Amino acid sequence: MIQDLVVTAVFVGYAVAVLLLFGTVLTWVERKQAAIMSDRIGANRAYVRIPFTQVKLIWLGLFHGLADGIKMMLKEDFRPNSYDRFAYALAPWVVFTPVLLVFAVIPFGGMLVPSTLFEGLPSVAAWFGDRTYPMQIARVDAGLLVVFAFGGLTIIGTMLAGWSSSNKFSLLGALRAGSQMISYELIMGLTVLGLIVIYGTVDLDAIAREQSGVLLGFLPAWGVFVQPFAAILFLTAAIAENKRIPFDLPEAESELIAGYFTEYSAMKMGLFMFAEFIEIAIIGALFTTLFLGGYNLPYMTDAGFALPGGRAIAVPHGAIVVTQLVVFLAKVMLVSSFQILIRWSLPRFRWDQLLRFAWKFMFPLALANLLVTAVVVWMLQS
Amino acid sequence: MKPYARKQYWNAPTMSWWERAYLFEIVRGLAITGGVFMRNMGRWMTFRKGALTTYYPEETRADYARNNRGKHILTQRPDGRPQCIACNLCATVCPAKVIEIEAGFDPDDAAHPKYPKRFEIDYSRCVFCGLCVEACPEDAIRMVKEIPDLPGFDRADMWLKLPELLNWNPHSDVAKPYPAKGAGAVAKDQG
Repeated sequence: MIQDLVVTAVFVGYAVAVLLLFGTVLTWVERKQAAIMSDRIGANRAYVRIPFTQVKLIWLGLFHGLADGIKMMLKEDFRPNSYDRFAYALAPWVVFTPVLLVFAVIPFGGMLVPSTLFEGLPSVAAWFGDRTYPMQIARVDAGLLVVFAFGGLTIIGTMLAGWSSSNKFSLLGALRAGSQMISYELIMGLTVLGLIVIYGTVDLDAIAREQSGVLLGFLPAWGVFVQPFAAILFLTAAIAENKRIPFDLPEAESELIAGYFTEYSAMKMGLFMFAEFIEIAIIGALFTTLFLGGYNLPYMTDAGFALPGGRAIAVPHGAIVVTQLVVFLAKVMLVSSFQILIRWSLPRFRWDQLLRFAWKFMFPLALANLLVTAVVVWMLQS
Repeated sequence: MKPYARKQYWNAPTMSWWERAYLFEIVRGLAITGGVFMRNMGRWMTFRKGALTTYYPEETRADYARNNRGKHILTQRPDGRPQCIACNLCATVCPAKVIEIEAGFDPDDAAHPKYPKRFEIDYSRCVFCGLCVEACPEDAIRMVKEIPDLPGFDRADMWLKLPELLNWNPHSDVAKPYPAKGAGAVAKDQG
């Protein structure tokens, strides 16, 4: 029993560390990638001076994130003369916490077998016995449903922020955020339904496992190859859900100052920004799990590689665990980087275009995708 | 008479179905931005510069004109003292009145007894017109193509004084033999 507790605590620590790291590093990645995409150098002036020396560590501007954080901590925590102080103070947390919670059900590695992993330390191996742990904080059958449940909570946070700020810009931003997020949440759900029909489960770990197979003899059975339309629609809807350019109407600077968090300052505003950046990583993790084969390399399972020619290569358990952790992070980073590429390439939609795009374009497409998938699955089964 | 029809001076915006489908155009746009990213990233990874930015103040721009009027310098005699005779012509002609000269008397140098004890230029007001260079009878003040290192935290930093003005040490000069650093270099230049 205590072993489970230890392992879960380690997983939780790992997940929180990874998410916070992604949150800070992605601000740097966003700056640098935008700069490189537009022939610039990017932020590179913040430095940490080693005390008592003149050695200045610049590290390609990595410390700008640190400088941002310190600035937000030290700024005045301005409070508007709001009628609902409690909701105002609560809103950033309602936005921030569910974003972290979503990661609880996302598998970031395969099955962990401590007794094999700690073969060199017989006492530790014996202590763990024959217990095995999937590398996932909470092994929930209803994985995807939990994701959508927590994703839906974010809307409440943005609406709360908008309503309680006593500011028309905030209110408009919150209204936009509400309608936009609800619309795109629906589309996200519909696109994922196709995958659920195919894999027959909403358990994210099971979905990731299903994808280590092979399609047509050579193609890895990733969600992108099974459901290419759903992958595109899902990513689009997820970016819209995250309220980033080209769907950043709730916080459109040129129209609404900063939208629903106009009246927030210091670290409260920082929480909104941080939540946005962590959500980039969360979307990356979800997309990886659903469409990019999760934590596995192509043809890879918990035992090793099963190449399409029928050849199998066994890999020691420790190497597998490390590979899976690294591969998952690398895939998440790639998808996050792709989202940043989109953010710096496309112009913002107009408000009516945004909703029309959701309801008249993506919604029918998602439905059609679901219909085709269902028919094909039914035909294959019968 | 025909009714007046407004002339159309522009082409009506026409989009092919390919462009109207939007997704393909998005992919094309992403390919362009992604391509630029990959190109610049490749340059950075191979230790070349993948940006158009000039680091300031670490780098100087390469595209200054050959006779750009930048920073002032004072030319020097072979022994390293300023060529200036403190005649005040530059200070007089200066439209922005930024040059301040305090003349000194040096009885040891019979040929040039008058020399600038203090020669200061206020760059916060200098208009870089080059009239001081025109006015100088001794070719003592010139403007080089590099710009002065201007940014500072204090107005007092904007004053360039004799040491800064005298640190121009070219390897060779078209007008006269010029001292490099140290006395040995003097002999080499003259020989």
